[in-house]
Amino acid sequence: MKAINRRQAFALGGGFVMLTLMPMAADAEVTNDAAKWIEKFTSGKQPAKGKISLDLPEIAENGNTVPLSINIESPMTAESYVRDVLIIADGNPNAGVATLSFTPLSGKAEASIRIRLATTQNVVAVAKMSDGTLFTEQKTVKVTIGGCGG
Amino acid sequence: MADKPRIKLPKEAAKGEIIQIKTLVSHVMESGQRKDAQGKVIPRKIINKFACEFNGKPVFSCALEPAISANPYIQFDAKVDEAGTFKFSWTDDDGTVITAEEKIALKV
Repeated sequence: MKAINRRQAFALGGGFVMLTLMPMAADAEVTNDAAKWIEKFTSGKQPAKGKISLDLPEIAENGNTVPLSINIESPMTAESYVRDVLIIADGNPNAGVATLSFTPLSGKAEASIRIRLATTQNVVAVAKMSDGTLFTEQKTVKVTIGGCGG
Repeated sequence: MADKPRIKLPKEAAKGEIIQIKTLVSHVMESGQRKDAQGKVIPRKIINKFACEFNGKPVFSCALEPAISANPYIQFDAKVDEAGTFKFSWTDDDGTVITAEEKIALKV
């Protein structure tokens, strides 16, 4: 077997650091299949931070309707645009919230929806650009009254 | 059956203008998580897909999960390069599709 050279050792080390840091980045506990959703969407690639502004209330009194606005920096031309955006809630019974699909005809990569949150948790957005690059952002929302079950 | 969806967008736009479209459709969006008085799970019934086209070309669409609030409100933007018709569709779990159309003219 070939010994690992210096470059490979660094690459391995970097990957390991990412893996160990990731769960710590989340404030609330992940209770569902959020990781699976994200992995399916990104095909295992690591999204970068930035480009996305995710707007959610810090405290949601009613988890049944939590307004969510998302805005992604992009020229939105035929050459370069935001293709898909995955929205995940990591403390809901099911992680998936919505997948938004934009086109250059959207003009702006901006959308607002209203979502249900069962409990205090992180809402994660992952955006896939037309060139395949990935960006992510997340926000913690404190929920006073849950929006699922009853 | 559901009421007519409410859609708000300008009547006319300048060429190349980016307009904002707001849509709201009445729907229970039953999550499949809730139980009735007898303790039986109420089956899931949601709108699982929304799509908007302009003159036959896709503008915006989204796949929705049970974590979307009842009476789903969706707001997005569209770039208007020509006069035409926006077509909206909401697809239910049971296969029914709610559709709506809105025309837009170019400002002269």
